[in-house]
Amino acid sequence: MHLSILFPAIINGLLTGAIYALIALGLTLVYGVLHIINFAHGALLTAALFAAFFLHKLFGIDPYVAVFILVPAFFAFGYALQRFVIGPASHGDDGNILLVTLGLSVIIENALLYAFRADTRTIDLGYGFSVVSVAGMFLSAPRLAGFAGAVVVALLLWLLLTFTDTGKSIRAVAKEKLGAQLSGIDVAHVYAVTFGLGTACVAIAACLLIPTYYVNPHVGNAFVLIAFTTVVLGGMGSIPGALIGGLFVGVVESLSGLYLGESLGQIGIFLMFILVLLFRPSGLLGELA
Amino acid sequence: MSNNNNRFSRRKFLQTSALTAAAAASGTLVAPSIVRAQGSAVKVGLLQPVSGALSYSGQQGRLGASIAVDEINAAGGLKGLGGAKIVPVLGDAQSTPDGGNAEVEKMNSAGVSAIVGGYASAICLATTQTAARYDLPYIVDVGVTDAIVTRGLKNTFRFGPGFGVLAKTALANLVAINDKAGKPAKTVMIVHEDSAFGSGLAKLLNAQLPGKGFEILETIPHPTPTRDFNNVVLKIKAAKPDIVIPANYYNEYVLLARTMQQQKVRPKAAIYSVLGGAASSYKFVKEFPEAAQYIMDCNHWFDPRNPKALALKRKVEAQGQFFTYEVYMNYSAVLLLADAINRAKSADRAKITEALASSTFAGHVMPYGPTKFVNGQNEGAAPANTQVIGNDIQVILPEAFASAKPVYPLPPV
Repeated sequence: MHLSILFPAIINGLLTGAIYALIALGLTLVYGVLHIINFAHGALLTAALFAAFFLHKLFGIDPYVAVFILVPAFFAFGYALQRFVIGPASHGDDGNILLVTLGLSVIIENALLYAFRADTRTIDLGYGFSVVSVAGMFLSAPRLAGFAGAVVVALLLWLLLTFTDTGKSIRAVAKEKLGAQLSGIDVAHVYAVTFGLGTACVAIAACLLIPTYYVNPHVGNAFVLIAFTTVVLGGMGSIPGALIGGLFVGVVESLSGLYLGESLGQIGIFLMFILVLLFRPSGLLGELA
Repeated sequence: MSNNNNRFSRRKFLQTSALTAAAAASGTLVAPSIVRAQGSAVKVGLLQPVSGALSYSGQQGRLGASIAVDEINAAGGLKGLGGAKIVPVLGDAQSTPDGGNAEVEKMNSAGVSAIVGGYASAICLATTQTAARYDLPYIVDVGVTDAIVTRGLKNTFRFGPGFGVLAKTALANLVAINDKAGKPAKTVMIVHEDSAFGSGLAKLLNAQLPGKGFEILETIPHPTPTRDFNNVVLKIKAAKPDIVIPANYYNEYVLLARTMQQQKVRPKAAIYSVLGGAASSYKFVKEFPEAAQYIMDCNHWFDPRNPKALALKRKVEAQGQFFTYEVYMNYSAVLLLADAINRAKSADRAKITEALASSTFAGHVMPYGPTKFVNGQNEGAAPANTQVIGNDIQVILPEAFASAKPVYPLPPV
């Protein structure tokens, strides 16, 4: 295979991987604090994609502007979901939370299916196919924006967790729930904030995705599987792990697409997933259990 | 007591059987009059994938079929049934064979006399078979896989050309165009979707092209839907084929063409589609004229000499819709069915099937030879070659109704 196409394929993989990373960030954050896999993550992504789609279609709001509307909206939505639905319904049992999020994903997906049918929708933006020429390669401008967005969000999230009081209380709850509660941290609130942050990540990912991607009621499933792989690969609960894992998954997918054909593109990801589970179950950057 | 009981039950038995016999008798007597009562309406199933990955094509197909139904009803209904109206029963195959099958079951329960549609090969393969179980006449609108008409299903008819004819014509025309220009092209790359239609075509091209002096550099399959053609275009860029042959559905076709444009990848001689999902679509040409420029296609096309076809084109465009092949293929298929029902003088499934098999229908809008069904395939069906030139789609072959000369090989940028 020509080197001249190997390099662009890797770059393409990195650009796709950044979006995977962004989605995985939300998932890993919720896992790190609530210690559950949020099965509703994919459905929330679908909902966010629909929101971004209709903001553009009905009000002509550019997806990159829609970030500033959707992030607060989805943060509030995620907060409310955890505070008033998932939290109370779980009765303090992690196993229940898992089932509640699974139930939520079924409800959200089918509500979207009922409302918008199975149609695949795309938006057509003037810049959807514009390119940036770098070293003889033509890189898709919206996907470069997606890459930059993902890196910035990861950085902001890390700063938030490291330097703010909210971040400190999130980390405290993640480490030792009872201890945090004893020192006066409102655990239910922190849980909800974390869930809100995870959901906001998904909203950003949706806004960065929609210029080059499509939306239908099942689109989130493909991503949540990949995000799950990414989280396991990077280490459950690790933010740098999610970022690196996402980029890595993107490259693996791109290269296996190139060598094995588009029909088999995702095989590489899941082979890798199995290998990681076999040989390093705690992930690349995860703490050893 | 027991005797009494027996007598009673015997009497009851007699009563019941008498009633049953009466019901059966009156049933047979009443049945024809029910059919006559239905003479005011014949149900016809219009099955299209109006949601899912093929939704655009499905909606266009439904549009064409519905226009035909409306025109027939407005012109006094089905003449052979005393002016009976056609009642369309709409179905959504949801772009999957399973979805299509479910709709055939529903349409059968609803008592349709025939079904028109299916669109995609994979859907048609499944739905015709399901319809065959109920001896339900089925006119395939587009589905080109030859297996649709070679399985010996008596109920299945295809008015348009199948794969064999299409590929043969496409190859012959490609060779003719290439020869006429002094054979500038030698290498080919095929990009195809991986279901029945694309894979079948790729197989056929792989078997035939080498014998015609072309070398196939690579054949790349991809699923439907695919939302990223960067890798595929990278491969094209590296292999530098003279001709790229895409065989896929509308969304993927547009995305591939636009990605090629984005990556500034252009084959030396041509993008030559065989049944290109978008290549001869007015929608594609209008929305992305630069990506569509000079793309050639061997595909279904209406007869530009036929005033009826031009009237239909004006009608569709007046509705703000594009005059795509799904529209006129379905329009023609419904007219074909109406003609068969008129000749059968019955809404009976078996009689309609018989009438279809012996059809010599000529009132359609396609540039076909005389209609003659052999094993369900219309032998008169033929495709045309088109090319996007400027902001319009021109017919370049057959010469009988060509409106422009091919631009081949591609002019330098």
